[in-house]
Amino acid sequence: MDYEVKLEIFEGPLDLLLHLIHKNEVDIFDIPIAAITDQYLAYLDLMKALNINLAGDFLVMAATLIHIKSKMLLPRREEEEEDPRVEITRPLLEYMRFREAAGDLSRRDILERDVFARRPSPELWEEAKEAAVVPDVNLFQLMDAFKRIMDREHPATQLTLRLEQWSVKEKMEDLIGHLKTRGAVFFKEIFDGSRTVSEFVVTFLALLELVHMGLVKLFQASPDSDIRLLPSFNKTGEDDNGNTLPIPGIDH
Amino acid sequence: MGTPSRSLELIIEALLFASDRPISERDIASWLQDARLPEIRAALARLKDRYEEMNRSFTLREVGRGFQFRTRPEYAPYVLTMFKASPSRLSRAALETLAIVAYKQPVLRQEIERLRGVDVGGILRSLMEKGLVKIMGRKNLPGRPLIYGTTRKFLEVFDLKDLDSLPRLKEISELGSDEEQGTPTKTETRPAGEEPDPETGEQGPAEGGAAPGTPSLVPPAGP
Repeated sequence: MDYEVKLEIFEGPLDLLLHLIHKNEVDIFDIPIAAITDQYLAYLDLMKALNINLAGDFLVMAATLIHIKSKMLLPRREEEEEDPRVEITRPLLEYMRFREAAGDLSRRDILERDVFARRPSPELWEEAKEAAVVPDVNLFQLMDAFKRIMDREHPATQLTLRLEQWSVKEKMEDLIGHLKTRGAVFFKEIFDGSRTVSEFVVTFLALLELVHMGLVKLFQASPDSDIRLLPSFNKTGEDDNGNTLPIPGIDH
Repeated sequence: MGTPSRSLELIIEALLFASDRPISERDIASWLQDARLPEIRAALARLKDRYEEMNRSFTLREVGRGFQFRTRPEYAPYVLTMFKASPSRLSRAALETLAIVAYKQPVLRQEIERLRGVDVGGILRSLMEKGLVKIMGRKNLPGRPLIYGTTRKFLEVFDLKDLDSLPRLKEISELGSDEEQGTPTKTETRPAGEEPDPETGEQGPAEGGAAPGTPSLVPPAGP
């Protein structure tokens, strides 16, 4: 006797159920529950016979089916109760939506399957990484720029100590907000709202911190031109590697 | 305007040609001090159109908020031969899980499992290793469960400009009326036969899973 057993690999109970529904060409809104339950159980038996480890999910679905089947046998009071089959129809429909969506995804032009882009060259990457560590603007240039601002705004300052009114964290958040809405910002612009020396200093510290964290990149065309700040995160709040922004003090 | 904007276009083309990852308008703005974003945007759009018109073997695609030259799908078999590689593939389970994460994000593992009806721990892990899915944070619920979402790499791999470019999720009613593309006839009938028939059907549902592994070696007709 020749037996050919072709066993589909089912991803789960919903997958198996859908398979049975399609195989029997029945309407998903009018599932012949007795027949489908029998076939479902037959499949479980087959899987057991073949020593395939059954996930518990398959058994839970079996119990659900039997439960629905028994409910269907009871006379239903008219229009009062929902069709007991809704219990499986609804999840099946939802599952179908996403299976459809998965199909849509797999029909796209997938990178490295259908379409190809220039492949990363490891050596170039190493160089790029090193280059990234060296800031386009060094600390001294930054300090010079800061000094220019200070000289302009506060030619001769008298130092008075006052209660701290601005925190570096707040200023960091302000700066991030600025960069988010405007994209690039000039160095001098970030001090526009600042009134006192301590606020200037706090803003400056906040900028240093952001550069340190890699959230802001600095560029300067020529030694005496204004420094440009560019966000190195995207608008949804991710940095370039797709990580969520680790801004201290903003953890919700 | 002709000459300067044209040279900007060529400069951008050079950057795109030499880059091994998608580059954005903003990237370009940071490298070209004198160019403004609207100009760059316009130049990129022109480049995109030009490459489309030229009908070369590659086009300029906007993926994951950046632009990148990519070969057309017709040439995949040849490129794969050159790389001595088989096409990268995702299992059906992985694709389904990825689809749920993509459409439902930020989403909890529990929700993914409810929708798929099976455990997805292993699949989620491998999707994260592939860089397609990431942990977005924790939900303020007992046990502080992890929240999952898709990465920028997901957009790049699936040729998507951003998440809004995902194809619309079909409504349940649409699915119900026309069950599956594989079964052209609307099934209003009761079951034809109760016995399981091993020969028939089961093409419709398997289609989605079969596609990723099987790039057609016969190039589809060009546009």
